[in-house]
Amino acid sequence: MPEKRSAPPGAARHAPVPFWRDIRVLAILSQLVVLGVVVVIGGYLLNNLVTAMDQKGFLPDLGFLGLTAGFEIAEKVIAYAPSDTYADALLVGLLNTLMVSIVGIVLATLLGLLVGIARLSRNWLVSRLALGYVELFRNTPLLVQLFVLYFVVFLQMPPVRESLALPGALYLNQRGVYLPRPELTSSGGPWLLSVVVGVVLAGLAWWLAGRREAAGRPVAGLRVLAISALIGIPVLGWLSVPGGAVSFEAPELARFNIQGGLRFTPEFAALTVGLALYTAAFIAEIIRGGIEAVSKGQREAARAIGLREGQTLRLVVLPQALRVIIPPLTSQYLNLIKNSSLALAIGYADLFNVSRTISEQTGQPVAVIVIVMAIYLVISLITSVLMNFYNRAVQIPER
Amino acid sequence: MKRLVVCLVMGALVIGPSATLAQDGGTLAAVQARGTLVCGVNGGLPGMSVLNQESGQYDGMDADFCRALAAAVLGDPNAVEYRALTADQRATAIQGGEVDVIFRNTTNTISRDATWGDFGPTIFYDGQGMMVRADLGATGLEDLAGATICVTSGTTTELNLTDQMTFLGVEFTPVVSAEIDTVYGQYEEGRCDAVTSDRSQLVGRKSTFANPDDHVILDVVMSKEPLGPVVATGDNQWGDIVRWVVNATIEAEELGVSSANLAEMQGGANPSVQRLLGETGELGAMLGLSNDFAAKVIAAVGNYGEIYDRAFGPDTSLALERGLNELWTNGGLMYSPPFR
Repeated sequence: MPEKRSAPPGAARHAPVPFWRDIRVLAILSQLVVLGVVVVIGGYLLNNLVTAMDQKGFLPDLGFLGLTAGFEIAEKVIAYAPSDTYADALLVGLLNTLMVSIVGIVLATLLGLLVGIARLSRNWLVSRLALGYVELFRNTPLLVQLFVLYFVVFLQMPPVRESLALPGALYLNQRGVYLPRPELTSSGGPWLLSVVVGVVLAGLAWWLAGRREAAGRPVAGLRVLAISALIGIPVLGWLSVPGGAVSFEAPELARFNIQGGLRFTPEFAALTVGLALYTAAFIAEIIRGGIEAVSKGQREAARAIGLREGQTLRLVVLPQALRVIIPPLTSQYLNLIKNSSLALAIGYADLFNVSRTISEQTGQPVAVIVIVMAIYLVISLITSVLMNFYNRAVQIPER
Repeated sequence: MKRLVVCLVMGALVIGPSATLAQDGGTLAAVQARGTLVCGVNGGLPGMSVLNQESGQYDGMDADFCRALAAAVLGDPNAVEYRALTADQRATAIQGGEVDVIFRNTTNTISRDATWGDFGPTIFYDGQGMMVRADLGATGLEDLAGATICVTSGTTTELNLTDQMTFLGVEFTPVVSAEIDTVYGQYEEGRCDAVTSDRSQLVGRKSTFANPDDHVILDVVMSKEPLGPVVATGDNQWGDIVRWVVNATIEAEELGVSSANLAEMQGGANPSVQRLLGETGELGAMLGLSNDFAAKVIAAVGNYGEIYDRAFGPDTSLALERGLNELWTNGGLMYSPPFR
């Protein structure tokens, strides 16, 4: 049978397309035109801004960062005095924001997980309670929730003079929660060493147990050994160092306030709890959606091959559900970090709050707001990168 | 790549020097074209600027001066749009042109005058004070060692508090919030033992408490707080207008002109009064206003004494003595340069 030619001879030699009709050229040209338009508009706006500021005599200038701040910050993780610079004040604000964000994210995730699973429960009361929580906290504004928490819950605690004194030198009043502050004594070093040894040994034992389990050999004894090492060695270390490894500075009621100890202010508490409650409502729905996205057939198949409930969850459902859960979860974490700027409303000294004071005192609102936006951008980008690493780590390798 | 560079260069050339600011020294023209004066005020401070729930109008000295300025510039004291600003919004509001003038109990300081605004004459000589709960038994700042003190952010009081307490060697914990309502709410709830601010503000807010007698204002003055209007830098004519509207009220009180006797004063023979009220001379026209701008101001809000009495007078719940706010002829500091 004669072969059929796929193309008539001479087909490759037709006239070249003129460049003003060539779609490759047109594609590039149109992108350049759009880029040019964006640059022109952006440049025009920027020029407008700079000219206006120059006319009014306040061109942005970063020199203010080295000036003395002059104001006190109520809550700080590092040492700060009013004689420090504005840059130090911004650093204190940043650390406060990070602290609220981290604690908020942890609390929100735990609570969201709990509520999400409760929503899937077959118990009618549990699932309806969870539904009520989610609908209430998703549909009311966060600022309103913060105000309610702050003014109605935390400020209504007993006044300082009538502090609730709990056993273990724990004081609860409207100025905050006071705990004994742990401090390492001179023999703290050796104890920390024993903790590290305990953790390393336990980790080793656990890993060995994993290897043995993959080979199908009994592991119960190894796992018990791991846990007892984790707990036992630090305890032994504690008992054997002279004088105790950690001393506690207990809080005491002085004339105006409770002095000493570790303190969590009502502003911090209101902000963290408020953010956690609000974001947990969203996270609960995300987790519920993720778990429901795994088709029922997977669970049935798992049961068919003899996996128990816990194993099904761990080995079959969660790996598939996590693929659906993690991207929106990242968004919620970023939302929480940015929502922490509402601290301005209740007086918590976070980055945005401190930056408002700085921008008023220095008269450099544009420079300060650009710095603050850059910092929030960096924090958010780092969070997304970390979540993306995690996402890739838990992805099921496709065939 | 070459095309990209060419396009970028052409884009940059097209931008060029294009100053598109309308407000190049034309605040007066802009206000008159708009027909209303946009005035930045506090909005929550009895005596200075507070919303009167019954009439729906803003009462207080700052609010009255806004009306005075509107009367002078636009002829209608009610052509005012009030914007309530928090302490840390003032700089951006005036620099950005969001408001034409700020009458918001703002302290005149060198750093503010040099960076974000030009100050008019002081309308209220105040000082920073401290309010504490009466049952604490504190009489001076040294008695507040270890106390928690509420303060508003972005104010001179925040800085002065730190300075004074550090100077005295007194340890304290600040609680800083942006909104004035939050600060006094926290103090009233007991979140802090004391609250610090200008004394006129303390008196004003104390009158709104549920139990005003449970609180006492200490007899200490921690700093000078001369409160005055602020305009944006760069517009000399507008700055002059604001300055001379305020001076007109002070001069009127000195010359004995009030809203009650305005008509007979206009027909009188005192040459200083004639010049002030615009019956003779071209003083108003030099500013770009009508010659009888002062008469309009006095007809709208009265002289300085009347403004003060409406806000802090003996008939009000605040009842602050004029003290330094008296005319210079009575031992105070209110002194207007002459109208000629």
